[in-house]
Amino acid sequence: MSERSGRPVVVNLLVLGLIGGSAALVWVVPRSILAFMLFQASLVVVYYAPLSFRAKMAYAALGLGLLMPVLGTHNGYYMEVAIQVGIFVALALGLNIVVGLAGLLDLGYVAFYAVGAYLWAVFGSPQAGKFISATFVTFPLAPGWFFVFLVLGIAVAAVTGVLLGLPVLRLRGDYLAIVTLGFGEVIRVLANNLDKPWNITNGPKGITPIERPPLFFEPALRAVGIEASPFTLYPLYFYFLILGIVVVVILVNQRLEHSHVGRAWEAIREDEVAAQAMGVPLVRMKLLAFAAGASFAGIMGVMFSAKQLFINPESFTFLESIGVLAMVILGGMGSIPGAIIGASVVTILNLQVLKGISLWLNDLRNAGIEIFGYNLANLPSQFEPAKYERMVFGIILILMMIYRPEGIIPARRRRLERFDRGHEERPAP
Amino acid sequence: MDWQLVFAILPQVVMDGLVLGFMYALIALGYTMVYGVLELINFAHSEIFMVGAFVGVEVLLLLKAGGILDPLNPFLILILIVLAGMAVSGILAVVVERVAYRPLRGAPRLIPLISAIGVSFFLQDAVRLGVSLWRNAFYLTYPSFAVFNKRIELGETVDFSVKSILVVAASLLMLFALQFLVTRTKLGKAIRAVAEDQPTASLMGINVNRMISLTFLIGGAMGGAAGVLFGVQYNTINPFTGFIPGIKAFTAAVLGGIGNIPGAMVGGLVLGLLEAFAASYLSLFTGGAFGAEYKDIFAFSILILILIFRPRGLLGEVVRERA
Repeated sequence: MSERSGRPVVVNLLVLGLIGGSAALVWVVPRSILAFMLFQASLVVVYYAPLSFRAKMAYAALGLGLLMPVLGTHNGYYMEVAIQVGIFVALALGLNIVVGLAGLLDLGYVAFYAVGAYLWAVFGSPQAGKFISATFVTFPLAPGWFFVFLVLGIAVAAVTGVLLGLPVLRLRGDYLAIVTLGFGEVIRVLANNLDKPWNITNGPKGITPIERPPLFFEPALRAVGIEASPFTLYPLYFYFLILGIVVVVILVNQRLEHSHVGRAWEAIREDEVAAQAMGVPLVRMKLLAFAAGASFAGIMGVMFSAKQLFINPESFTFLESIGVLAMVILGGMGSIPGAIIGASVVTILNLQVLKGISLWLNDLRNAGIEIFGYNLANLPSQFEPAKYERMVFGIILILMMIYRPEGIIPARRRRLERFDRGHEERPAP
Repeated sequence: MDWQLVFAILPQVVMDGLVLGFMYALIALGYTMVYGVLELINFAHSEIFMVGAFVGVEVLLLLKAGGILDPLNPFLILILIVLAGMAVSGILAVVVERVAYRPLRGAPRLIPLISAIGVSFFLQDAVRLGVSLWRNAFYLTYPSFAVFNKRIELGETVDFSVKSILVVAASLLMLFALQFLVTRTKLGKAIRAVAEDQPTASLMGINVNRMISLTFLIGGAMGGAAGVLFGVQYNTINPFTGFIPGIKAFTAAVLGGIGNIPGAMVGGLVLGLLEAFAASYLSLFTGGAFGAEYKDIFAFSILILILIFRPRGLLGEVVRERA
């Protein structure tokens, strides 16, 4: 495509300049959120630039694999943002299978994330010793078990998805939404209350300290003469682990979408009755969608609890489920690049933009600046934009549904449909 | 097992269950009426309910600030705040329909549902923002009235507060008024016609849009009344108060057969009673292993069981799946 679109050299130079320039800017002014956002935007430009697929991949690898870790080590907060974006990208891609491809509205998605998180939290901390008295194992398990639990997290979350799906998948779409919402709440209530009769989750107090994966490569680093403290190593380690998982998740998603399973899901989404008539096994395909979506959440849950060192039921509320749903819808239901961009935009909005505005307002308040005769020092302390994520999610959901239900980057099939629809009349209400 | 204790607290449990049940029934009406005409789960209804509760407390606090709360008759005040809550919630429900649901009519089913979830989240934070800017706190407490808190003693272990009787009476009154409106008046007939078949109703000279707005108005007003009564009964409210009662009321509506008005009332009462039983007896029967905190799980399990075994609810009619 790029060869035909004119001057690839110029485009390449421009993109490279943008990535490099913005990265340099972040390096020079590490506290400027705007500079970091320019860097993030430059990665979006790569997606849209008229370049060959290979060139795009090379730039993405340069930005995410090299520049981001360097910048993140320079300013630790940016690394935290990048890690959170990675986690939510994986979650959004998982929910995208369930909602976007199979068309099953799941309002309790975060429950599967909680299952994964609690799985490692319980066994990767002294917590398990409180209800299992075994002589041959001691808790916490050795850090190396983390990798086993990544796989276990996938399996357990998938099984949970199937168990939830079996009874409820016969329900119509909107009933299914409410039941999954109820399931999400059930998991949260269980996490809150299963500190008795057996202390499994430690209740609202949460579980800490949770083991981190082993720094098995540290001796190798030392051998080549790099001395780094765990304090700088762990964020980098988690960043690359999550980046790796995200890449795998994207590949799996892509393969699934273009397989016969993906086609079956889309058929179910468009018209269940017709799909069944064409020989699509409805229940099996829906269960598969639930299991596949859940497994992505499960593996990220294990990751999350290892990264946080501490988890409690507050991380797995309905708000989180809706947040992930907002990401999928903002990006475009059923669209993989859409889910990625949606997750990035919403996470960055929450972590950087709103927080930035909050800090800025705080500064203004402390300085007692007057605007139009109103002294900002009188601004109530309750007012902090960072705490209003519900409003942001709400506005995203309403506006997207009314003006652009297909999302920022529509799925290819939707895009084609939209192109067709110009000739049709809207169905009568 | 202490059977004597079980029976001694039984009347108290039933009374708690009835209060809760009527509350659920009032909220459930909003869900069921909207579902009847639009086949939409109006997710924002729990926030309409919450706004009603806030209107009630604001009116009371303003009256209190004006120094005219104490001289007035408390029963008059109760009527006043219920009416205020009904008015604001009803109008809000109509506005929500106009802004967030009407442009989406005819779209696939999940689209308006997602928009409704958006409205719900938006309203929660909008109320929180407004109230925090205005009062610098968003947990508000209803001023209490000595008359309402007086308890009527019936035997050793049983006593009812005046306000719970008021809640039950007010709910009954509204439920009967609504039933009359829907089954005995021309307006009610028009609403039922729209619920049955929109294009045909429109051919019969019924203004479908107006009837849908009216449905939202009535459902919202019932939700608002329930909100005020909730505040009077349980005192403290916050912008997230509506979520759990909303889900429970939806469960009640499904339990009774969604789209069915008497069904919503029956479903509300059954769910309220079951929940009160669970809250009081669960720890008694399991030897303290599972306490009242599991009552929400209990309610959701009921929802799942009904949807599996009797998806049309207790009083629901059989509706064919349209392809």
